[in-house]
Amino acid sequence: MPQDDGYRGAMDVAIAKPPSSAVTGAVGIGVAVGVYGISFGVLAVAGGLSPAQACVMSMLVFTGASQFAFVGVIAGGGGALAAMGPAVMLAVRNAAYGLSLTSILPERLRDRALAAHLVIDETTAMARAQSDPGAARRAFLATGVSVWVFWNAGTLVGALLGGGIGDPKSLGLDAMFPAAFLALLAPQLRRPGAPVAAVTGAAIALALVPFAPAGVPIVAALAGVVPGVLAGKGVRG
Amino acid sequence: MSWTALLALCAISYALKASGPVLAGGRQLGPQVRQTLDLVAVPLLAALILVQTVGDGQNIVLDARVPALGVAAVLVWRRAPFLVVVLAAAATAALLRALA
Repeated sequence: MPQDDGYRGAMDVAIAKPPSSAVTGAVGIGVAVGVYGISFGVLAVAGGLSPAQACVMSMLVFTGASQFAFVGVIAGGGGALAAMGPAVMLAVRNAAYGLSLTSILPERLRDRALAAHLVIDETTAMARAQSDPGAARRAFLATGVSVWVFWNAGTLVGALLGGGIGDPKSLGLDAMFPAAFLALLAPQLRRPGAPVAAVTGAAIALALVPFAPAGVPIVAALAGVVPGVLAGKGVRG
Repeated sequence: MSWTALLALCAISYALKASGPVLAGGRQLGPQVRQTLDLVAVPLLAALILVQTVGDGQNIVLDARVPALGVAAVLVWRRAPFLVVVLAAAATAALLRALA
C-alpha cells in the first residue's frame, strides 16, 4: 500500500461523492472486490479451470469482467478460443481507461509499466472522482493495490473452496454471472447512446445463440456500438 | 483448459492496459474517439447478461436464472451494493431450484 501521508486537499473535502481518504475508499472497494473474487474462484474451478489457472488469471489478467466472460464461455462448453473473443473485447475498454489516466500515472517508464497493470474500472472511477492530479494518483495507486490484493486473496479462497461446495447450479452460482454483469452495466447506461447500444447488442447475441458457437454471439454484439454512437450523436444534436 | 489460451489472455490484457500510458506517452484522444471507446463495453455486457440468463449451449431456456436476474435488476435499481446484488441473485435461483 502507498503510505497515507494524512494530507487532505480542500477539494477532497468539497466533493461529497468519493471517500474523504483515498486509503479508506481503497480498502472499502478492496473488501467488496475480495468477496467478488471468491465467487470468481468458485466459478472458475466449477467451469473447468484448475485452482492454479484461476489464480494466475486473477494475478495477470486482472480485469474482472473479462475473467468472468472467459470462464463463463468455458463453463458453457465453449473452447478456449471462443472464450478469448469476449474476454478480449471486454478488456478493450481498459485501453480507453489507460489513455484517460495517462497524465496521472508515474513518470518513469518502469513505474508507469507497473502501474498500467492496475488500469481497471475501479481504479479509473476512483481516480476520476478526485479533483487534483496528486489526489488522483494517490487514489489510483491505493485503489489498485488494494483491489489487486483482495481480488487475488478472494480468488485463492474461492478456487480452494470450489471443488468442495457441490453442484454450482443448486447454489445458484450460474445466476451470479448475469447479476454481476448487470451491476457493472447499469452505471454505464447513462452515457449518450448506451441504451441503444445495449439493446442492439443483446438482440444480436440472442439471435445468434441457436446458430453460432459459444462466445461468438457476444463478440458479434460489439456491432451494437455503431447504432449506439449514432444515437448518442442524435442526443447531442 | 489450456494454459496457452490463458497466458495469451494475460498478455493481451496487459497490452491493452499499457497501450495508452506506455506507448501513447500522454497524448490525449479526441472526444469522438473516447466516446466510442466508452461505449465498447456496453453492448458486450448486455449480450453477456442475456446469453447467460437464457442461454444453455445453443438452446434458449427459461429457468430460475430469469427471476434471479429480475431480483438483481430491482436491487441494482435501488442502488444496492454489488455484493448484495450478486448474492441475492444466487439465493433466488438456489431457492427456486430447491422448491422445484
